[in-house]
Amino acid sequence: MASRFKQALDSGKFVITSEVAPPKGTNLEKMFHHIELLKDKVDGINITDHQSSVMRYPSLGGCLAVSERGGEPIMQMTCRDRNRMALEADLLLAYSRGIRNVLCLTGDAVPVGDHKEAKGVFDLDSLQLLRAIRQLTEGKDLGGNELDGAVEFCMGAIVTPEAQPIEPQLIKFEKKVEAGAEFFQTQAIYDLENFKKFMEYARKFKAKILAGIVLLSSARMAKYMTQNVPGIFVPQALIDEMSAVPKEEMLAKGIEIAGRAIAALKKDKICDGVHIMAIGKEEVVPDILEAAGL
Amino acid sequence: MKSITRQKSPEDIQQGLSGLDRVFIVGCGTCTTMTHTGGIDEVVAMKERLQEQGKRVTGFTVIPTACDDMTELAMKENGPAISSADCILSMSCALGVHRMNLYIGKPIIPAVDTLFIGIEDSPGYFREACAQCGQCLLGETAGICPITACHKGLVNGPCGGTNNGRCEVDKEKDCAWTLIYNRLKEQDRLDLMRKYQPPRNHHVTLAPRSLRIQ
Ligand code: SF4
Ligand code: SF4
Repeated sequence: MASRFKQALDSGKFVITSEVAPPKGTNLEKMFHHIELLKDKVDGINITDHQSSVMRYPSLGGCLAVSERGGEPIMQMTCRDRNRMALEADLLLAYSRGIRNVLCLTGDAVPVGDHKEAKGVFDLDSLQLLRAIRQLTEGKDLGGNELDGAVEFCMGAIVTPEAQPIEPQLIKFEKKVEAGAEFFQTQAIYDLENFKKFMEYARKFKAKILAGIVLLSSARMAKYMTQNVPGIFVPQALIDEMSAVPKEEMLAKGIEIAGRAIAALKKDKICDGVHIMAIGKEEVVPDILEAAGL
Repeated sequence: MKSITRQKSPEDIQQGLSGLDRVFIVGCGTCTTMTHTGGIDEVVAMKERLQEQGKRVTGFTVIPTACDDMTELAMKENGPAISSADCILSMSCALGVHRMNLYIGKPIIPAVDTLFIGIEDSPGYFREACAQCGQCLLGETAGICPITACHKGLVNGPCGGTNNGRCEVDKEKDCAWTLIYNRLKEQDRLDLMRKYQPPRNHHVTLAPRSLRIQ
């Protein structure tokens, strides 16, 4: 049976996903709290996989916590830390425990994180991982051996609509669609006009596109992201809008901006949904949804 | 093709030589000469430094190419000085150490770290160009090696970390996949980038790798 998230994607409704980062350590209270807060308000909760190459509690563990609480987990899986055997085995485990959605990522480079001397694995890349899952679904592992019990996942991937140059990204996007990606969560987008152009292109493919919405929590963060984070561009008008309010009102302003973008995307049916990332401020995701009129 | 090296720190070299007071120094006339890590000038400087530290340098030589069979001759020619030493301090790359190991039973202590096999793109700028993967893709990637030029060794196109043609690990480094894209486009061969590259075989030659030519 199709996963709840997949059903939402297929229903034609405006799909909402968000994400929760597991803790660094075994104190899971805050993660549980964030899951509780989001599970009934969104169609799927991504659990990040050592995001930015910072070692944390695993995505798989976070996904189990989402399932146990009645939520719908989307397991982020990067190729940075596991070879193909370990990835396959974790997919078998995830499937056997009721996880039905996977977001396939190559993974950030090891040196950007907090274990700078660790070996980056990258035995597979995001595309090869998508294909590997398809093969596991067909009952075969990557060694070509029969599985006693296959898997079935709704598979997704990411795309960066603001990447420069854009064409190599689009070629990879198309390869991911061919590999069976059913949905895409995009890198943060702020420039809706540019995003519309991307969507005119992406609409030609049958994969569903969820626009990445990253909450701006301060003018400084907005500037930092646009200058330093690959594939993120925050238009000057938004930075000015953030800068115009006093510090203590910046978060509220960021919530308003995020809500406004979501409402516009939904109203004009620009894309199939949104993926909200409130990086470290998960408590305010419900406020963003409210600001979007959802 | 050159073996690119960096000298170990004086402390590391001192540590490597602890308990070994009589030292014979070997440099190389090829790669470490070019990278100024083990040519004649560096060998002489090392000799002086070791003497200041109270070591007895029994002799030194710079082998024209320490990784090939000239090494055997050099070992013979310097037989007495090597015999009276406790060890050899190698200022050739690791391949030179391996070569000397064939002829000498004494400890051979490397004074340099071998970083990669590279080429000199512009004077003084060395770049890793090949990791000897055994499944060369250069024909499909416009002559740019995705295994060495891409930080993650990706073979199916860029990751999401590419930023205006630069790599996420370092703003000074080009993103391999932007370079590959630009060149394939120039060659009107962009279709190659659309091709799916399957997972790589990491055991093309079974480690420890070797090959016998019949
Ligand atoms: S693909 Fe790269 S690493 Fe492999 S053989 Fe060719 S140049 Fe060397
Ligand atoms: S930014 Fe480019 S070179 Fe760097 S890891 Fe990604 S694809 Fe490879």
